[in-house]
Amino acid sequence: MAFRERTRVMDADDIRRAVQRVAHEIVERNKGASNLVLVGIRTRGVPLSLRLAKAISSIEGTEVPVGKLDITLYRDDLHTVSTPVVRETHLPGDIEGKNLVIVDDVLYTGRSVRAAMDALMDFGRPASIQLAVLVDRGHRELPIRADYVGKNLPTSRDERVKVALTEVDGEEGVYIGEEVG
Amino acid sequence: MVERRHLLDVDDLDREGIERILDMARSFAEVQRRPIKKVPSLRGKTVANLFYEPSTRTRLSFELAAKRLSADVLNFTASASSVQKGESLKDTALTLEAMGVDAVVVRHPVAGTPWLLRKWINATILNAGDGMHAHPTQALLDLFTMRERMGNLEGKTIAFVGDILHSRVARSGMKACRFMGMEVLAVAPPTLLPPVAMEGVEFTCDFDAALPRCDVIYMLRMQKERQQEGRVPSIEEYVRFYQIDAGRMGRARPGAMVMHPGPMNRGVEISSEVADAPYAVMTAQVASGVAVRMAALFTLLGGAEGGDGIA
Amino acid sequence: MPDLLIAAARVVDPFNGIDEIADVLISRGRIAKVGRGLSRDGKEVIEASGMVLSPGFLELHAHLREPGDEDAETLETGLASALRGGYTAVCCMPNTRPPLDNPAVISGLWARARDMGLADLYVIGCVTRGREGRELSDMAMMNACEARVRAFSDDGAAVEDAGVMRLALQYAAAFGGLIISHPEDTRLSRGGQVNEGAVSTALGLRGIPALAEEVVVARDILLAEETGCRLHLAHLSTARSVNMVRDAKARGVRVTAEVTPHHLVLNESDIPGYDTSYKMNPPLRTPEDVAALREGLRDGTIDAIATDHAPHRCEDKEKEFDHAPFGVVGMESAFPVLFRELVESDEIPLERLLGALTRGPAEVMDLRPPEYGAGIVVGARADMVLLNLEEEWIMDASRFVSKGRNCPFHGRSVKGRVAYTVKNGRVVYAHEDGRG
Repeated sequence: MAFRERTRVMDADDIRRAVQRVAHEIVERNKGASNLVLVGIRTRGVPLSLRLAKAISSIEGTEVPVGKLDITLYRDDLHTVSTPVVRETHLPGDIEGKNLVIVDDVLYTGRSVRAAMDALMDFGRPASIQLAVLVDRGHRELPIRADYVGKNLPTSRDERVKVALTEVDGEEGVYIGEEVG
Repeated sequence: MVERRHLLDVDDLDREGIERILDMARSFAEVQRRPIKKVPSLRGKTVANLFYEPSTRTRLSFELAAKRLSADVLNFTASASSVQKGESLKDTALTLEAMGVDAVVVRHPVAGTPWLLRKWINATILNAGDGMHAHPTQALLDLFTMRERMGNLEGKTIAFVGDILHSRVARSGMKACRFMGMEVLAVAPPTLLPPVAMEGVEFTCDFDAALPRCDVIYMLRMQKERQQEGRVPSIEEYVRFYQIDAGRMGRARPGAMVMHPGPMNRGVEISSEVADAPYAVMTAQVASGVAVRMAALFTLLGGAEGGDGIA
Repeated sequence: MPDLLIAAARVVDPFNGIDEIADVLISRGRIAKVGRGLSRDGKEVIEASGMVLSPGFLELHAHLREPGDEDAETLETGLASALRGGYTAVCCMPNTRPPLDNPAVISGLWARARDMGLADLYVIGCVTRGREGRELSDMAMMNACEARVRAFSDDGAAVEDAGVMRLALQYAAAFGGLIISHPEDTRLSRGGQVNEGAVSTALGLRGIPALAEEVVVARDILLAEETGCRLHLAHLSTARSVNMVRDAKARGVRVTAEVTPHHLVLNESDIPGYDTSYKMNPPLRTPEDVAALREGLRDGTIDAIATDHAPHRCEDKEKEFDHAPFGVVGMESAFPVLFRELVESDEIPLERLLGALTRGPAEVMDLRPPEYGAGIVVGARADMVLLNLEEEWIMDASRFVSKGRNCPFHGRSVKGRVAYTVKNGRVVYAHEDGRG
């Protein structure tokens, strides 16, 4: 199936400003960045988490450790995927007692975040887990909400939201569109 | 009936399929380093280990792999079951199917048995070694071990040394290495080589002449009964010409590594000195086993049924 | 019983060199008239226009499993299976439990077969007592008994000891007996499952080398040459065996040879996924061997086609490859398979195929009229098979009359069908559409 875009709802500048704002909110809420670890969910959560880390370090002047998480093994919809591929998970050291921020591009049903939390719990017991997303499009199926949202985007269930990031897609933008084919 | 996926031999995979499993195995190797080494991906699935041959390490490796994916595991071994009461393989297989197992991991002394199971029952079949025929997960874990150490295997040379004729490890291993673009040598006395050359494999009886070409020296277990069958005059003579020892290692390519599927006969096909040397990677092979088998089980059972994973 | 008229068939009679369109009238079990435009008044008529009428086939090599393995095949199912395949006479091998090595057992078996009124039975006796390869069996007594045993074999195994084989040939020569050799040196074939070579290597199965057959073919030809006894070589499977027989015949050795349909049609690469219906001894060989066997059949080096009909219980065959017994059933599949693969492909003429199913085996067994082989002439006993050569169909082993289902041709597209088998003037088998 292919994606046909209808509307561009964020451009490169919008994304940059959203990342910047979320970085400030994270610092404010956590009273600094000293005990923070950012964890990006593969695929597009990873570059977003790196961007956030860079923004936070330019605000606070400290390096924020960043990890990447593959949630394939924890997904509850594996039986619908014809050929699931498992990629590497890498966390920067022990997460015991840390304040983790899970970073993803789109928050939708909440199932990916549930899988990510289950996965992280298997690595240790963090002090807290927070959630940062670029876009929240609604339609939750689990009692999960984001702590930091770049943009709230009301959608219908038949619509699709596509996030493009330079590191992965070679361009920047957030689009609403639909499946075709 | 749904179309099941199976892993009967490395032929069920092409190079791309092999690489996908090896890549995935790296992720599972990472899972092995986590404080909690268990992931929920195969929760609710049942894997039966059907072993008609004693094999502690392969069975444990499959069992651990399945358990770390949260599958339930049934162990059915020939000595502890109704096999001795004369139940046929087919009836045993039908029993397992009736119990609703999702996958059967089978080891059997007769070549081809996994193919019969595939015909008889509707479960995913994994070949854990059939007679002298095939042992695909061993081949995959060997490739994984080599790739972790040497990177790209294309153009590298591997020599399988010893009882090629009776070895399922060599049969699957040689095929898998060919898939990856390696040069493959089979080194053995003429009475332990297959009667005709195998495609893409160079046969030789001269280990010493082959050594300078080798990046990997893969030693096979020498069974004492081969001497009783008259295939070699004596173990002493075999050792003299086909044992890998420190002297012979000195003539291999710089950086060459030694592999062995285990269990080793120290002092027969491999000297103790070589077995304990840093270039001998047997413990890495064993360690890779669980990750590779997790990748295989996950590839076969993890996705939608009827997907395009393997065969 | 009214007289039976087979109208306008193409009569192909290898015994008398006949190949013509004719009506054949059968009366009181015998052929009463052969000619064109015979009167149909008051006769039962089979319209046979477009079909071929041949003398009933003679199976040289069948395992009917009695006594001892009646759940694999019985005399009755075996002989009925023969009729369905167009065979009106069957030679059965003595490797039963116990083996057929004495006149008492053999006469009993033979008399039972006679009373069944199915195909005629010719019992082959053991060469050695108990098929143990040590002492000669009472060959002359078996020959003199009611069952008239004229051929002897330890089939299933060779007479391993060359000294014993030599004595057997010397002894049988005196009363005109025939020794049938199962050429296999088990010290070369032991543990083997399929032909030794690329396929055995790829499948990881132990190989049976061509040599295991060839060393015994060579040995037995030399022994026959020396003793002057008639020797028949069973189920030849290799090119070198054919060549040795050709050379031996050229220098006057009294040797004959047979080949099976499966060795003429299949090769080692045809074994699908460890299917034990393809496990037989000797094993399927290489395409080059198949070509040599066909050439041997064409030029007369090979005298006869014999099916080596070897039924097994399904549960015995549905096993791991090494654990399943050797052997396949053959009588009900032989003609349609051979017609499609050899005649339709223009490799072997129809007359040669029919010759190898009738006159060839009769000469091997030295069977003569009135017992067998009078052909389709006035006065001959009416044992015939009517063949529909047009029909294409799918071989289905589940419909066999034989108890055996172990047939490598199951599911194969074949051509030519046994439409009627006539024994002693009676229609003993008639194919009906959809029920055959």
